[in-house]
Amino acid sequence: MINRLVLENLKHRKLRTALSALSIGFQVTMILSVVGLSQGMLNDSINRAKGVGADIWVKPPGASVIGLSGASMPQKVLGFFQAQPHITHAVGTVIQPYAGISSVSGIDYKEFVGLSGNFRFLQGGPFQTPDELIVDQWYAEQSKASVGDMVTILNHKWRICGVVEPGKLGRLFVPMARLQELTNNQDKLSQILLKVDDPKNTQSIIAELKKIEELDGYSIYSIEEFVSMFSFNNVPGLRAFIWVIIGLSIVIGFLVVSLTMYTTVLERTREIGILKALGASPMNILNILVRETALLAIAGWLAGIVISFGANWAINHFVHSNLQSEITPDWWPTTFAIAMAASLLGALYPGLRAARLDAIEALSYE
Amino acid sequence: MSEPIIRIQDLKKIYRTGDVDVAALRGVSLEVAKGDFVSIVGPSGSGKSTLFHILGGLAAPTSGSIHIDGDDLMALSDSGRTNLRRRKVGFVFQKYNLLPTLTAMGNIEMARYFSENAGPLDQSFRDLLTRLGIQDRLDHKPRAMSGGEQQRVAIARALVNQPAILLADEPTGNLDTENSEKVLGVLRDLNERLGQTILMITHNPEAAAYGHRTVHMRDGRIVRES
Repeated sequence: MINRLVLENLKHRKLRTALSALSIGFQVTMILSVVGLSQGMLNDSINRAKGVGADIWVKPPGASVIGLSGASMPQKVLGFFQAQPHITHAVGTVIQPYAGISSVSGIDYKEFVGLSGNFRFLQGGPFQTPDELIVDQWYAEQSKASVGDMVTILNHKWRICGVVEPGKLGRLFVPMARLQELTNNQDKLSQILLKVDDPKNTQSIIAELKKIEELDGYSIYSIEEFVSMFSFNNVPGLRAFIWVIIGLSIVIGFLVVSLTMYTTVLERTREIGILKALGASPMNILNILVRETALLAIAGWLAGIVISFGANWAINHFVHSNLQSEITPDWWPTTFAIAMAASLLGALYPGLRAARLDAIEALSYE
Repeated sequence: MSEPIIRIQDLKKIYRTGDVDVAALRGVSLEVAKGDFVSIVGPSGSGKSTLFHILGGLAAPTSGSIHIDGDDLMALSDSGRTNLRRRKVGFVFQKYNLLPTLTAMGNIEMARYFSENAGPLDQSFRDLLTRLGIQDRLDHKPRAMSGGEQQRVAIARALVNQPAILLADEPTGNLDTENSEKVLGVLRDLNERLGQTILMITHNPEAAAYGHRTVHMRDGRIVRES
């Protein structure tokens, strides 16, 4: 019977119910979008790192695994690695950040495909001049770019010479020497990718490399170790950022539900008086409002998940380059708990106020 | 006269508003027998509404003694008064006070829910619905019913738990003459056929005449009975 009353109450003010549920929904979407975006970016980075085909990644001293930083490792170190036993390929690359979180990869084309295998060209082909750019399909689609187009990156005009399937290292590739020259990083590398004769030997090779005094301070990872570091914890500030978003969501949810329930209680003062005259106890009144709130939270949570699919699609289709978003079902229970907790907290004061209403005053309320 | 179902002796009720004490009841004594139909009349501020609220368990008395169907209201806590409203008192208000989001039957079921009165409606109550002329209106919400129909639904709701007393506060105050007569006829019929004890507050002498006796109140006291 109480459930019927709760449903009828929610149906009675359809617009308010819908707006309240939507507000809770956007709170859920906000969390799911931030997490989905973070996870999407990290997984995309993992896939592109794995797609290179290197067994070992070497980063210069002080470089973060995920952070975008320019070249700081002397190129001559490359020869040192190439001379080590069991290493079949040692390839240096330059990663140059631009426009915030985007980056362009400088590669020695011949060396890179020697390690990684040929690019699968969907349009065009390899560099023919130093000022040419290879882009992946994702970038081409998002930027509506194709072979022959001119693109300005790092204040330099590049001609797109090829569009390749995504999944190797980066999204944009330029000849390494030109990139070093443009960034005043001649003879400097961002990272070195190593391929070994037998992947089973990877750990023992890493152990040997770490013993070499000249490599003291260098970070040397197997591909498995390297990609395992692509997590929320290893991206500077990401976890804190997600916590801030969650905190904001809780506050928004709390305020929305608090306001909704407060106006509901005001509007229904007389009805609360009627219920009390019929024998409703304060707990009965609180129970009704808690159930209404819980239903709003569930409806809002479901709406939030549906909206997050839309947000995910929009980010992946409309946001220009380099942002990848994922649907994150593993966060659905967390967002449910957050939406429910914020909503119930928001309903607490109005609910207690309603429960404590004097029946006679409530019945005379106009 | 049979055993009193309501026994009130020297009942006082003092409201505190700010620093001022306001005596709403100044020593009311009244006995109502089971099956009686009592009209309570008096000007505004005479204390009849306060008496109504105390009898209905909506307000606590300040002093004196008051018993309803064996329950000592002076000894009841808030939850005790809640139980009294669930089981022993049925209310009919001037403004009907139906829950607007529920149908007529939903309103009746709600009263049954709070009194933990489960199971299907018994035949005598179904007969009552027919007598009230609302058996075909039970699926309608209040906004789709006339004032007279709403008041008859409110009477059905008040009686669904077979309360010891039915308290009616100006039950015809919002009704036209025709509907007023219907509602008062229903109350008299309930009293005569079922022996339902009824206390009715009214300003209307014609309505008061439907009761067996009329209690006149003024300044928080009963000044006369007729």
